[in-house]
Amino acid sequence: MARLVNRNALERLRNSLRDRQVKNTKRLISLCAGSGCAAYGTAKVYHTLNEELAKHGLKDEVEVKLTGCHGFCEKGPIMVIHPEGIFYPQVKEEYIHEIVEKTVKNGEVVNSLIFKDPATRKKVTYEHDIPFYKLQKRVVFGNNGIIDPTSIEDYISVGGYSALEKALFTMTSDQIIDEVKKSGLRGRGGGGFPTGIKWETCRQHDGDRFVICNADEGDPGAYMDRSILEGNPHSILEGMIIGAIAIGSHDGYVYVRHEYPLAVKNLSIAIEKAKDIGILGENILGSGFNFEIHVSRGGGAFVCGESTALMASLEGKPGRPRAKYIHTVEKGYKEGPSNLNNVETWANVPVIIDKGADWYASIGTEGSKGTKIFSLVGKVVNTGLVEVPMGTSLRTIIYDIGGGIPKNKKFKAVQTGGPSGGCIPEQFLDLGVDFDELKKVGSIMGSGGMIVMDQDTCMVDVARYFLDFLKEESCGQCTPCREGIKQMLEILTDICNGRGKEGDIELLEELSDMIQKFSLCGLGTSAPNPVLTTIQYFRDEYEAHIRDKKCPAGVCKPLFHYEIDEEACTGCHLCALKCPQEAITGEKKKPHNLNQGRCIKCGICYEACKFNAVVIK
Amino acid sequence: MEKEIEIDWHKINVIIDSYSANNESLLMIMQDISDMYNYVPPEVVPLLEERLGVKKSLIYSVATFYKTVSLEPRGKYIINVCTGTACHIRGASKVMTALSEKLNIGEGETTDDALFTLEAVRCVGCCASGPVITVNHEIYGGLDSSTAVKIIEDYEANAT
Repeated sequence: MARLVNRNALERLRNSLRDRQVKNTKRLISLCAGSGCAAYGTAKVYHTLNEELAKHGLKDEVEVKLTGCHGFCEKGPIMVIHPEGIFYPQVKEEYIHEIVEKTVKNGEVVNSLIFKDPATRKKVTYEHDIPFYKLQKRVVFGNNGIIDPTSIEDYISVGGYSALEKALFTMTSDQIIDEVKKSGLRGRGGGGFPTGIKWETCRQHDGDRFVICNADEGDPGAYMDRSILEGNPHSILEGMIIGAIAIGSHDGYVYVRHEYPLAVKNLSIAIEKAKDIGILGENILGSGFNFEIHVSRGGGAFVCGESTALMASLEGKPGRPRAKYIHTVEKGYKEGPSNLNNVETWANVPVIIDKGADWYASIGTEGSKGTKIFSLVGKVVNTGLVEVPMGTSLRTIIYDIGGGIPKNKKFKAVQTGGPSGGCIPEQFLDLGVDFDELKKVGSIMGSGGMIVMDQDTCMVDVARYFLDFLKEESCGQCTPCREGIKQMLEILTDICNGRGKEGDIELLEELSDMIQKFSLCGLGTSAPNPVLTTIQYFRDEYEAHIRDKKCPAGVCKPLFHYEIDEEACTGCHLCALKCPQEAITGEKKKPHNLNQGRCIKCGICYEACKFNAVVIK
Repeated sequence: MEKEIEIDWHKINVIIDSYSANNESLLMIMQDISDMYNYVPPEVVPLLEERLGVKKSLIYSVATFYKTVSLEPRGKYIINVCTGTACHIRGASKVMTALSEKLNIGEGETTDDALFTLEAVRCVGCCASGPVITVNHEIYGGLDSSTAVKIIEDYEANAT
C-alpha cells in the first residue's frame, strides 16, 4: 500500500475502504482466533470451513475472517455469520457441513447448534442478544470481534488512527495532556495512578524520553491485555503514538511476555504495517513527527511487571527492582525520563481523544472513570472477558453476566487483584468495582483478574497457592520478601498437611506486618494480602485445619476422605465405573461402598455423582 | 541425560545479527537459540560474550534469572502445565500429577528418551479454558487428567 503523506491521504484511504465495504455483498464469517478459542481447536475448524466452502464453490462469495478474542472464551471456538450475526458457540469440525449447507447458502439457522442460555434455558440466535454480551459496555474491546488484527485496513475502516490524526494536527502537547487529565483515566495495570499527571511529570524532565507499554501481564488468571494485544494491536500503537506526541518522545518499547507468542506476532505485524504506510517511523503522516516502536520479549518473571524491574529487563539485565527514591518518569530506561503505562491504559487513549474527555468521564464512578475489562474465570458459568463501566457491582458481573456458579454449587469468594489482591466473601457482592471500593474490604481491583471460587475451593489452599507463586517469583534481593514469604509458605504448607499448631494464625499475621512494612518493591509489600484477607473472612476454615485437622472443602488431601451417603446413593454405579482405583463396589440400585484403603482421593467420583451421594468428611 | 549436539554457528550468528548484536537483546537472543535446541548450549556463551561485548557473569545471571531460558538440555516436546489461579482452582495439580505419573518424571525433568520435558508455567493467559497445557507452541484447553494424558500419548505415538 502507498505511504500516507498527509492527513488527507489517511482520510481518503478510510473513505475508500468504507466504500468498498458498502459495495461488498460477500457474506462474512468471523471465526475467533484468540488464544482461548485456539485452545479449543480454531485451527481445525478454519481448515475444514475453507475446504467445505471450496467444495461448494463458495470461496469467492464468502469471506472468512480470523478475528481476535470475542471474549466469550468458555464457548470457544466461536463463529459469527454476518450480516445476520448468527452466533455458533463451541463449533466442531463435524458441524461445518451443516453450517455451510444451511446458514451460509440459505441463511437458515441451525437450531441444534445455536447458543442455549443456561439460566433461562432459552435458545439465542444472535450474538447481540446473548446476555453475556448484552450487559457489557465495550468501549475498548468492542472492535476485537470485528477486525482482522493483522489488517491495518480493517482498523482504519472502523475509525482507527482518527484520534492520532486529531492529536497530531489539531492539538498541542499540552492540550493532549489536559484532555487525558480531564478524562480521569487512571492506570489500568492496577496502580490506578492518574495517567495525565504521569505524562505531564515525564514531559517536565529533560533528556531522551521513552514511552513504554507494559505488556508483561503476569497476574495468573488475568488475560485482558493478551486479548487486546492479539485482537487489536493497532489500538495500543495509536495510544502510544499519541502519548509520545504529548510527552515529546521518539522511542517506544512494548515489553511483552514470551509466553504470548500470538501477541508478539500480531503486534510485530501491526508495527511493520504501520511503518509501511507512514503512521509510524519518520515523518508520521507528513507532520514532521518521528516515533519508533520496538518489541522486547520478557522471560517469564512476574516481578518484571514492576516498573524499575521492567526497565532493567529492557536494558538486557536480570529484572530486579530498585528503590524508587527517584521515579522512572525522571530516570528510568537508560537513565532517561520513561513513561510506562499498561496495555489497557494505552488502548483507552484513542477513545478519549476521539470522543472527548467529557464523554469518557461520564462513564464510571466519582474517582474511577471509563470502563474496565475483567477476566471473569474460575467457578463461574460464563467465563471470559467482560468490559463494564467502573462501579458495576460484583453481583452483576458474576451473576447477571457470568451466569452464576455452575452445578448449583455455593459461591464462596471472588479473588481480585492477583497475588497482590485478596478474596472477597459473599457479604460484599454488592460493592461496585473500582480503584477505591475494593480497597475498603482489604482487596484491590488490580489489573482485572476476577477468579470466582465455590464451596469446593479451600481458602487456606488458595493462600498457600499464592505464596508458593510469590516465593518462586521473588527476585531475592531483599530479605523480608525472600525469607518472609518462604517462612509464611512453610507455615501454610504445614497447616494444609495437618501439622498446623495453635498460634500459627497469629504468627502469619505478624510476619505479614513485617513483610508489608520492609519489602523493597510492590511484590513484597502486597504479598501478604491473599493470606490476610482469607484469615479475615475465612478464619473458621483455618481453625478447622489447625484444630480439627479437617479440610471442609475437600482439597487438602491429608485432611479429608470421601464417604458414600447410603441414603442418597441410588446405586447408579457411575462412580464405580469412573473410579481409576476400583475402590467403589456395589450392586446396581443398591447403596455402594468405598474402600478407604484403595481410595487416592482423586475426586472423580465426587465430580461424577449426580445425587450428591459422595460426601467429604 | 547428556547428548551431543552439533551447534550451527552460522545460524547463531544470523540470530545475533537480527538483533544488530545489541547487548540489550541478550535475553531474546537466548530465547531464539532455545527455540533451535530447546535449551541454550553453554558452548555458545563465549560467542555471545564476544559478539555482544558483555561479561560471562551477566550471561549466566540473565540465563538463570528468567524461566524461558534453560542451560540444561530439554526434551523435544516441552509440556507446560499452566498453574495460573484459574487453572489451579479447576484442578491443574491433578493434571500435573497425572502427567508426572504417565511420563514417570517430576516437574522440571526430562524423560530418558529426551522426548518430553514437564514444566509448570505461571499462566498462559487462556484462563477461561482451564486447565490448560501447552506442548511447544500448541495450546490445549478444557482438560482433565485423562484428556491431558491422551494428548501426550498422541505425541508419543506420532514420534515413534
